[in-house]
Amino acid sequence: MAINKESTGFTFGFAIVLVIILGVILASLAEGLKPMKEKNVRVKKQIDILSAMMDVEEANIDRSNAETEFSKYVKLEEAVVLNKDGKEVGKGKSAFEIDIKKEFRDKTLEEKDKKFPLFIAKNKEGASRFIIPVVGKGLWGPIWGYICLEEDMNTIAGVSFDHKTETPGLGAEINKPFFMDRWKKSEISDSEGDFKKYEVVKDNSGTTDPSKVDGITGGTITSKGVEEMVNRSLAIYTNYFKNRKSK
Amino acid sequence: MSADKKSSEPLFSKKNKKLITDPLTDNNPVTIQVLGICSALAITVQVNQAIVMSLSVLFVIIMGNLIVSLLRNLIPSRIRIIVQLLFVASLVIIVDQVLAAFLPDLSAKLSVFVGLIITNCIIMGRLEAFAMANKPWPSVLDGFGNGVGYGAILVLVAVFRELFGSGTLMGFPIFGNSLPGSESGLYQLGYQNNNLMILPPMALIIVGVIIWVQRARNKALIEEH
Repeated sequence: MAINKESTGFTFGFAIVLVIILGVILASLAEGLKPMKEKNVRVKKQIDILSAMMDVEEANIDRSNAETEFSKYVKLEEAVVLNKDGKEVGKGKSAFEIDIKKEFRDKTLEEKDKKFPLFIAKNKEGASRFIIPVVGKGLWGPIWGYICLEEDMNTIAGVSFDHKTETPGLGAEINKPFFMDRWKKSEISDSEGDFKKYEVVKDNSGTTDPSKVDGITGGTITSKGVEEMVNRSLAIYTNYFKNRKSK
Repeated sequence: MSADKKSSEPLFSKKNKKLITDPLTDNNPVTIQVLGICSALAITVQVNQAIVMSLSVLFVIIMGNLIVSLLRNLIPSRIRIIVQLLFVASLVIIVDQVLAAFLPDLSAKLSVFVGLIITNCIIMGRLEAFAMANKPWPSVLDGFGNGVGYGAILVLVAVFRELFGSGTLMGFPIFGNSLPGSESGLYQLGYQNNNLMILPPMALIIVGVIIWVQRARNKALIEEH
């Protein structure tokens, strides 16, 4: 018996069967690859955190060994979670699970409910390092990064920035060493322990003035985004450090 | 067409070879049919990205052509476009998921553009114009030809853009170190990367130049007005 493939019944049947088959294939594929994708995200975060503290390439850290290396340096059980006033509201491993990018985007989440994790690590020499995650807006999309402070909770030991879709060669340069190195050795608070604002400048004065950082030529909006991101985040953490230091 | 005739036709007959070579030259999907321009602008800043994008498109177009060709006598003609779209979308999701699981760094760089393969008119064009009316093997060859034809232009554009925009190829510095303060090679002599190369308009200009060169060499391609 020949099937009339132009009949309405066949057309509907064909569409339904096809959608079910493709749906099952795609769902099982997505489900099957899920553990790998989740691991990729976790490992990427670990590498990003470590790269604020050290040169991960020099230390031979890549995706394959990131998890063991991460646990060697970062003590997750010592990590703390702060609220927007810099008060401690949580402690321990849960800090790693906080998705600050999601919280930053979430318009329904109230400012007072946002959480700000702080990671505490030890570098190769055994000195304490404080790693602050930051997130902000670039020209085209989100930018984020980690700022690592030295034992004095004041001097920047290193930063790692990254972006989603900034213009290559211009704003995208924020994740290049030449830009990230400009932040090193500058201090986030004054002698009172209060936060002082950073300024991303165009006139090359960043090399001499510790509260200024030279921006990227042609990447003004992204540079300003970095400035806003760093100032907003560090202001919160400086409050916490002030208390922690006085203890 | 009898079964005998089909089996006697060699896999790479003259007609079949033409299916591969035509899209590479005189019927190139990008420079002649001017399709797939959107992605040619977006992911040709670096050669690596262009290569992965080309391979992804190649996979989607070959598999899409094959599946549609196998089912061509079964697909109801009233919903054929949406059925083709379903196949393309599913294949693209497979590529996207596999990249995210196995090549996470590249996947992050390509971001939405893998998903946008769905909207690449070359693929839908080949499914509708060729695979719906031809046997599986010629369809696979046609997909291969068009995929490579697209990829070749993509990589060519990317070579120009990465070389003159960033001074690198596949991420390796070609002209020396361009970092301010520690210049070497050409940069020491005052050479500077061309930032315009990195911006999307330059991809259009390069594609335009390629089209110009191609039509200048083959007068048959010039349309009469």
